[in-house]
Amino acid sequence: MSLTESTLRVALYEGPGTRALSQETRFETLKQLLSQGCSVRRAADPGDVSVWIGDWAGDFEEQGEAAAHTCISVAPEHLPEAVEASRKSVAAAPAGQWKPWFPVIDYDRCTNCMQCLSFCLFGVYGVDGDRKLQVQNQDNCKTNCPACSRVCPEAAILFPKYKAGPINGDVVSDADLQREKMKVDISALLGGDVYSLLRERTAKAQSRFSKERDADKALAERQKCLTKLAALSADIPPEVLASLPSPDEIARRAAEAAAKAQAALAPKD
Amino acid sequence: MAHPRILYCHCQYAQVLPKEVKEEVLKKLCASGVDFEAVADLCELSARRDPLLKELSEGGPLKIAACFPRAVKWLFAAAGAPLDASNTQVTNLRVEHVEPAFAALLDPSLSPNLPAVATTTPSHVAH
Ligand code: SF4
Ligand code: SF4
Repeated sequence: MSLTESTLRVALYEGPGTRALSQETRFETLKQLLSQGCSVRRAADPGDVSVWIGDWAGDFEEQGEAAAHTCISVAPEHLPEAVEASRKSVAAAPAGQWKPWFPVIDYDRCTNCMQCLSFCLFGVYGVDGDRKLQVQNQDNCKTNCPACSRVCPEAAILFPKYKAGPINGDVVSDADLQREKMKVDISALLGGDVYSLLRERTAKAQSRFSKERDADKALAERQKCLTKLAALSADIPPEVLASLPSPDEIARRAAEAAAKAQAALAPKD
Repeated sequence: MAHPRILYCHCQYAQVLPKEVKEEVLKKLCASGVDFEAVADLCELSARRDPLLKELSEGGPLKIAACFPRAVKWLFAAAGAPLDASNTQVTNLRVEHVEPAFAALLDPSLSPNLPAVATTTPSHVAH
């Protein structure tokens, strides 16, 4: 996955050379374009957008201003395919291959404590040139997992697609803040850090697996164990826990993240 | 005075916005004849640092139909396109009903509502 491409930008054009669209067609066309991940300008003036979509009258799309643009017909039997071709020709981002789920930092709240960076095993976080926390690898984040927002003592980590506040961006109340702080304390009480808990559980499960002949049964056992762990570790989805690396790898990545956080927090020379 | 530009987010890749609300607002925008920009998923544009966000954040008064203002503020900031708090109004389709949401977008006057400062005190300010 790469997040370097921009989305395909198109204009829903209803100027000279096109027939006006009915409200229904305008709406259905827009919905289709959005379902294909496009950004759509719906305006009398398409500006510098180079892909124009309209109900072309005659051969206008081959003449005048329109000739300088890619002109696509609104006809539903042509539209999806033509949009895909256009996307490929300008190397725009593919649609729908990634659910955009990733942490977003509220810098009005963030204290740069680096707890999130030390916690995340998947290299989502990093620091900028001024050693300020940054979300750097959004597509490394595990879909639907809000775990790092649980370790932030300031409720500064948002997941805009999360179901509830304040993680979804809703206003942070004092009660929320107390709860977030308590969660950190609880995980500390449970044995220092969440990863030691994870390691312990996974190691126990693995020693059981080694004696286990039946692979399906072993899988069911692992899932049961992970489900229990999910209940302990707030709302980490079981599929995320199931995809955790081996205990050794967890230890290695946790140490790497901790070192990165420590370096960011060390006094500057 | 020109009408503030309108940005509509369809939240394509999650069921975060009630379907009937987002579709009804889009339908009304289509019927109104007003100019607007519609994006499939603002979160995705933020992660991609899509140049459209900079164009929107630097283009003067802006009305956005998406989700919580705090989320929208920091999604733009994360894309290197910080919004001008005095010139931006966010309509939250997660909680608003269709009629007031649409009325807010079409109203030519703008009521800025981005959180300007933390609403509860983070510990670095408290101590
Ligand atoms: S844990 Fe929260 S406050 Fe600490 S660096 Fe991460 S986002 Fe900022
Ligand atoms: S900005 Fe809000 S409404 Fe838009 S895609 Fe993200 S979560 Fe959905």
